[in-house]
Amino acid sequence: MTEPLLRVEDLRVTFELRRAGDMPWTKPRLLHAVSGVNFELFPGETLGVVGESGCGKSTLARAIIQMVPATGKAIWQGKTNLLALSKREMLKFRSDIQMVFQDPLASLNPRMTVGQIIAEPLRTHKPDLSGEEVKTRVKKMMDRVGLLPNQINRYPHEFSGGQCQRIGIARALIVEPKLLICDEPVSALDVSIQAQVINLLAELQRDLGLAMIFIAHDLSVVKHISDRVMVLYLGREMEMATSHDLYADPQHPYTQALLSAVPIPDPVAERAKTMIPLDGDLPSPLAPPSGCVFRTRCPRAEQRCAETAPALTPGVHGVACHFPGPLVRGGRPLENA
Amino acid sequence: MVVDTIKMKSLSDRLAAEEVAGRSLWADARHRFLRNKAAVAGLFILILIGLFALFGNYIAAWSNEELDFTVMGQVAELGGPSFENGHYFGTDDLGRDLFARTVQGTRISLMVGIVGSLIAVIVGTLYGATAGYVGGRTDNIMMRTVDILMSIPYMFVLILLLVMFGRSIAMLFIGIGLISWLDMSRIVRGQTLSLKHKEFIEAAQATGVPSFTIIRRHIVPNLLGVVAVYATLLVPLMILTESFISFLGLGVQEPLTSWGALISEGAGTINYGTLWQLAFPLFFFIITLFAFFFVGDGLRDALDPKDR
Repeated sequence: MTEPLLRVEDLRVTFELRRAGDMPWTKPRLLHAVSGVNFELFPGETLGVVGESGCGKSTLARAIIQMVPATGKAIWQGKTNLLALSKREMLKFRSDIQMVFQDPLASLNPRMTVGQIIAEPLRTHKPDLSGEEVKTRVKKMMDRVGLLPNQINRYPHEFSGGQCQRIGIARALIVEPKLLICDEPVSALDVSIQAQVINLLAELQRDLGLAMIFIAHDLSVVKHISDRVMVLYLGREMEMATSHDLYADPQHPYTQALLSAVPIPDPVAERAKTMIPLDGDLPSPLAPPSGCVFRTRCPRAEQRCAETAPALTPGVHGVACHFPGPLVRGGRPLENA
Repeated sequence: MVVDTIKMKSLSDRLAAEEVAGRSLWADARHRFLRNKAAVAGLFILILIGLFALFGNYIAAWSNEELDFTVMGQVAELGGPSFENGHYFGTDDLGRDLFARTVQGTRISLMVGIVGSLIAVIVGTLYGATAGYVGGRTDNIMMRTVDILMSIPYMFVLILLLVMFGRSIAMLFIGIGLISWLDMSRIVRGQTLSLKHKEFIEAAQATGVPSFTIIRRHIVPNLLGVVAVYATLLVPLMILTESFISFLGLGVQEPLTSWGALISEGAGTINYGTLWQLAFPLFFFIITLFAFFFVGDGLRDALDPKDR
C-alpha cells in the first residue's frame, strides 16, 4: 500500500468564547468545532466531506492549513506533522496545499488584475522567477482552466461567477500543489455552471494527479467527484466509506436521513421515495448531547446512546453508531439517492 | 500526434493573442467623477488656485516685501485695487502689494492643508490598518492610545505649543500633524476590520503571503477610496484650523503670511474704508474651501456608488 499523502489523527479544533463583560479570570466557554476526526488521504484521491451547515466542514479544512489553531496530528507524506509547525516552517508546505474558496468573486481582490491574482502564489513561493516567466505561466494556466489568456489584464468584476471560480482554481494550481482543498467551490454557482466547474476540477485532478478534499453540502455533487466520502455531524465523523458504498448502502441513520433528502429528478420516483424527516435542529456545539451527539434526533436512539459515544468502526466502511444497519421502514429498504 | 500538433498550434495562438485591456474600479470611478459637474468645477477651481499659488509671483508687479512709499499713509485713498500702479488687489496697511501677499498666503495655507492631510493619510492609514489587521490586544492598546490623544483639547495644546516653543511654521506643522491622523486612523481601522474577513485576504493568508505584504497589497488599495475622500475633506479643515490660529495671532508670523493672517489684518482695518484688504483673501479662502468640499463630495459619490 502506498504512503498516504495526508494522515489526520484525532484532529480537534476548540474555540474559546468570551462573552463581553467577562472578567479575565472567568473560564471561557469552549466550542468544539471539530472533535476527534481521523482520515487518510492518498495521492490522486478525492475525499468528499459532507454535513449540515455548522458541522465543522470548513473548520476542518482550515485547521489542516493552520488557519485556525488545532490539536492532534496531520501527518504530511508520513513525515511532517503540519499542526506542530511554526508559521515559518509551514510556509514551505503552503505551496503543496492550496485552497479554492466558496464565494468566487469575494475570493478575488477587486483592485488587482486577473494576472496579478493568479500570479500571487507564484510570486510568494518562487520570488526569483522573472516577470516574463511568471506571465507565461499565468497565461498557460488561464488557458488550462478554460479562460482566454488575453484577458490577463481584466479585473474580477468583469467576469461571471463561473469564470471567477476558474480564476480561483488557476490561482490554486499555479504552484503545482499536491493537495487541493475545495471549500464548497460550487455552492455559489448555478447548476449548469456547477457541472462545468466540477468537470474541470475532475479533469485537472486526473491530469495533474492531485489529491483533493472536497467540501460540499450537495450530496449529488460529492457523489460525482469523490472516491471516498466522510459524513460529519457536529464536528464528529458519523460515517466514512467509498462513495459507491456510502450512497448504495448507508449504515448510519444520519447518512440515511441526509440521502433521503436529496431530490430525485423524476417525479414518480420522488413521490415513491421514503423521506426520513429529522426532528429538531442541530444541537448547539457549545453544549453537545452526551454520548452519541446524534441521539437527540436519531430514530434509533436508546439508553446506551446517551451513555457512551460510539467509536468509528475500523475498516473501509466505518460507522460511528451503536445500531448501524441498512434502513428498514415498512419492510422496504431505502432506495438509492 | 496530428491532434497534438493542432492543439499546440491553437494553444500558442491563444497565448499570443493580443491582451485585452481591463477596466479597473479606478477607471470606473474616474468616469463617474467626470460626469459630476459640481466636482469637476471644484477641481477646475482648485487647479486655478494651485496655478495662482505657483506662478502668481510672475504676474505680480510688486514683490511681497517692497513697500510702496507713494501710497503709504494714504492707503484708503490711493491703495485701492488698480491696474495703473500695479497693485491689482490694492495694498495692505503698510503699503505692501496685496496681490503678492495673497500669493504668498495661498502658498502657505495650501501647504499647511496638504501637509496636514498627507501626514494624516500616511500615519493614519498605516496605523489604522495595522491595528485593524493585527487585532486583539495590539488593536486595543493602539486604539485606546488614539482615544486618549483625542480626549486632549487639541486647540489648547496647539496654542500652548506655539507659545512655549516659539511661533514658527515648523511648530505649526508639528502641531497640526499630531492631531490630524487620529480620525483617519479610526476610519481606516473600521474599514480594515470589515476587509479582514473577506475571502481574498484568507486566500492570501492560506498561500503564505507575509502579513505586511497583505496589508500593503490587499488592504491598503481597498482602503484608498475612503482615504482619498476623507483626505480631500481634511484639507479644508486643516486650512481652517491654521487660519483660526493665525487669526488669533499665534500662527504664521511676519514677514510670512497666510489666508488667516491676511483676513485678520483685513478685518482689523475694516473701519477705515479699505474693504479690499479683507475681501480678496476672504474670497480665495471661501472658494478654495467650497472647491475642496465639492471635490470631496464628488470623490465620495464616484468611489462609493452603492453608498449614495
